[in-house]
Amino acid sequence: MRIGVTVFPGSNCDRDALYAIERMGEEPVELWHAEADLKGVDAVIVPGGFSYGDYLRPGAIARFANVMGPLEDFGREGGPILGVCNGFQVLCEAHLLPGALLQNRHMRFVCDRVRVRVETANTPWTAGFEGGEGLTLPVAHNEGNYFAAGETLARLEDEGRVVFRYLDNPNGSVNDIAGVCNEGRNVVGIMPHPERVSDPALGSDEGLKILRSVMVGAGV
Amino acid sequence: MGREPNYLELSLFSVMWSEHCGYKNSRPLLRRFPNEGSRVLQGPGENAGVVEVGDGWALAFKMESHNHPSAVEPYEGAATGVGGIIRDILAMGARPVALLDSLRFGPLDEERNRYLFREVVRGIGGYGNAVGVPTVGGEVEFSAAYSGNPLVNAMCVGLIRVEDLMRSRATGEGNAVVLLGSKTGRDGIHGATFASDELTEESESKRSNVQVGDPFAEKMLIECCLELLKRDLLVSLQDLGAAGITSSASEMAASGGVGIDIEVEKVPRRETGMEPWEVMISESQERMLAVVEPEKVDEALAVAERYGIGGTVVGRVAGHGDLRVIENSEVVGTVSADHLADAPIYEREVVRPAYLDEVQNFDPEEIPQPEDYNEVLLEMLSHPNLRSRRSIYNQYDHQVGTDTVVLPGADAAVMRIKGTKRGFAVTTDGRGRHCFLDPRGGGAATVAEAYRNLSCVGAEPVAVTDCLNFGSPEKPDGYYQLAECIEGMSEACEAFGTPVVSGNVSLFNETDRGPIYPTPTVGMVGVFEDVGRHATPGFKREGDMVVAIGAGTPVSLAGSEYLEIIHGRVLGRPPGPYLDAERETSDLVCRLIRDGIVDTAHDISGGGEVVAVAEMALAGGLGMEYVEGGFGRKVAGQGAGRADVALFGEEPGAFLVTVPWERWAGLQDALGGSVGYDQIGTVGGDSVKIPGYIDVTLSELREAYEQDLFGIPGEVVGGSEAVG
Repeated sequence: MRIGVTVFPGSNCDRDALYAIERMGEEPVELWHAEADLKGVDAVIVPGGFSYGDYLRPGAIARFANVMGPLEDFGREGGPILGVCNGFQVLCEAHLLPGALLQNRHMRFVCDRVRVRVETANTPWTAGFEGGEGLTLPVAHNEGNYFAAGETLARLEDEGRVVFRYLDNPNGSVNDIAGVCNEGRNVVGIMPHPERVSDPALGSDEGLKILRSVMVGAGV
Repeated sequence: MGREPNYLELSLFSVMWSEHCGYKNSRPLLRRFPNEGSRVLQGPGENAGVVEVGDGWALAFKMESHNHPSAVEPYEGAATGVGGIIRDILAMGARPVALLDSLRFGPLDEERNRYLFREVVRGIGGYGNAVGVPTVGGEVEFSAAYSGNPLVNAMCVGLIRVEDLMRSRATGEGNAVVLLGSKTGRDGIHGATFASDELTEESESKRSNVQVGDPFAEKMLIECCLELLKRDLLVSLQDLGAAGITSSASEMAASGGVGIDIEVEKVPRRETGMEPWEVMISESQERMLAVVEPEKVDEALAVAERYGIGGTVVGRVAGHGDLRVIENSEVVGTVSADHLADAPIYEREVVRPAYLDEVQNFDPEEIPQPEDYNEVLLEMLSHPNLRSRRSIYNQYDHQVGTDTVVLPGADAAVMRIKGTKRGFAVTTDGRGRHCFLDPRGGGAATVAEAYRNLSCVGAEPVAVTDCLNFGSPEKPDGYYQLAECIEGMSEACEAFGTPVVSGNVSLFNETDRGPIYPTPTVGMVGVFEDVGRHATPGFKREGDMVVAIGAGTPVSLAGSEYLEIIHGRVLGRPPGPYLDAERETSDLVCRLIRDGIVDTAHDISGGGEVVAVAEMALAGGLGMEYVEGGFGRKVAGQGAGRADVALFGEEPGAFLVTVPWERWAGLQDALGGSVGYDQIGTVGGDSVKIPGYIDVTLSELREAYEQDLFGIPGEVVGGSEAVG
């Protein structure tokens, strides 16, 4: 399977995502922001970092990058996309996902490990789980406080589109939301970093299960 | 020069002969440092020191101070300190992979100190998090000696293949000099001169001397330079730090034995109307200077464009030995590069200050013994000098890059090297109070502390970088402290086989309240052949035996945390150094870990044995009970007689390790007969118990230890979960 990783100016988890894909035994493909070409990949990870320095608003400038045109088409056509941290912010700004990520409630950057529950196995990025499974994942963000207005939030909950929920909310997210998906369920945004726990040498590879799910969904 | 210099030329000398760039007062003393060793690939004189790791890998590392800028503009001062040290590592051709920060502030009950502390930490995070280099360690201390004059020392470690090492030496007459990165403005003009003066009320008006950082530009500069190096497009590379283009160009020229012509009108500017001297000494951030062969210039500039950063040919390497400034074909200044790089030297007399007799005159019998040891332990653990640093490091991204094996909170950061079994460990340490009480002993103890911290994660200590933070060398006390600390550090580095390969000097750290404590800080790097074989301080298994290993050196209250925190005194001459004995014990602990006998280790440091036990218990979430007679007997019989000395006294060269019963025999075999050791207790339960003295639950300990450092003293704030 070929999995693309977008690289914007200021992305800084791109190399970590590429490395994690290698560890899965799959083929990582770098997708440079200036090229409107997904190079025929089967799935895309939009990685964390500070695309365009987070200037204006995290993700606000990245959504206009050349690579975003084909990425949006890919998402609408049902292609599996995972936005991690800044990638989640980019996907919200691009309206591939509902809601927005506000500054952490306590006004501080937070880097820690948090407990998260997988709320639904019905997405390509959670297909390898039983719903309700717990995970410990790293977080590192300043704007991870998920917010969606009342009606949108109610729909997300009703339609089972809250994909990950914090068991110990680190940032004030509404309904403890750590990750959501789009209506088609193929585009998932997650604030914690699964690629950072993809290697037992660093103490845990729980995150690989999220990345590997995309192969289950694709029948690989 | 043989003539009167013009204003531009004077400006060049003014910045290059400042203490910050020219090391006028410190150069003769710095020669004392040993800087050779079998792993050393690059010693002092380059942008960073470099040591060999094995499998073709090398580590470039350096520490640098940003004290003065941080005193007047803490966020940007700290942020640009991080940015600057990253560029030093990048200039060696290495990818920056780890950051650490050694910090000192005045007490947190003063609002100004809280502001400086909060903003410095925000600045470090704001820059480091965005630039994508993990902040994996560091240290912080609080003392009135740093009120108004905080110390902000940033260290960076970079990883590089040995064959790809880059140097800053300019060569090849006719080669292009290319300025990469951000445009040049008026920010940071005379920053180097400002950094070489005492801080006064006027300093506040020098906020404009402080540069402003842009981590996004730095991130692009890193990726651009690494690609230029990968494509073999550069002859040499140098960062622009203090004194801007002037220092970079003159240092590149002087080390290559060539000259450089700078065509000043070609330097891209962000402001209009800048004079040539302003362009030459501007300290605008996120810039590098590269020497490129003419036929590779187009490709190099195309790479810069791909990363969206500036790339402009601003000059040429020339056959003459001068730094020439040319404006529209007219030479507006000419200075010999050697001359500029060769500031005058002041050698001074070393005179022992009178204050030392006063502070070393200490009689422990005058110190009353506490009645309630539980209370004392909790008060110690809640003091900002000993409290958990979680509320700091949770604001730093310490995992980006996915190489961080041991997260912050341990004795040293442990990093892996992808694609190999190898890894490295790194720590920063400083002992300002100790250096104040005994400059030579404190200098040695600073190095010894770093050596212990690496040893007890299982790394083989290899080499040192340092920041020498001192008061004015123009005052006899200041010069004595500087000279004696360097002597002590040098003796320790020789005894431990850890040469000094890079460093920086920050003098004139004085305010109207007086000088800071003499505070050399040390960044030490160690290596692992198998990074999987490391230890951490947290207790891991119920029933493990807790064993104290010591060099048999005296335990003392002199200069201890206990004496300052509980009794409000900074007095006494701490024991030591006992360099050979300390090395033997440290090496032994390192070997125990490497051989897989021990996976839990911690050194006994500030706060003494019980604080070390409490830290191990809290890190592992398991309690500990002392065995009958485990307390008071202590290592080699030292410290017996007085409970507070045994509990909270400090000693050089002592460790706590744990082993399960089945490895006890193996541990005894490995320890042999040369060092003292004792089983002092057993891991288990949910409290720390020393029969007759201490009985505190983990939750009580945690409540004291895990308080947020950013709260207002006296006001109750939440624990670590409040972060975020």
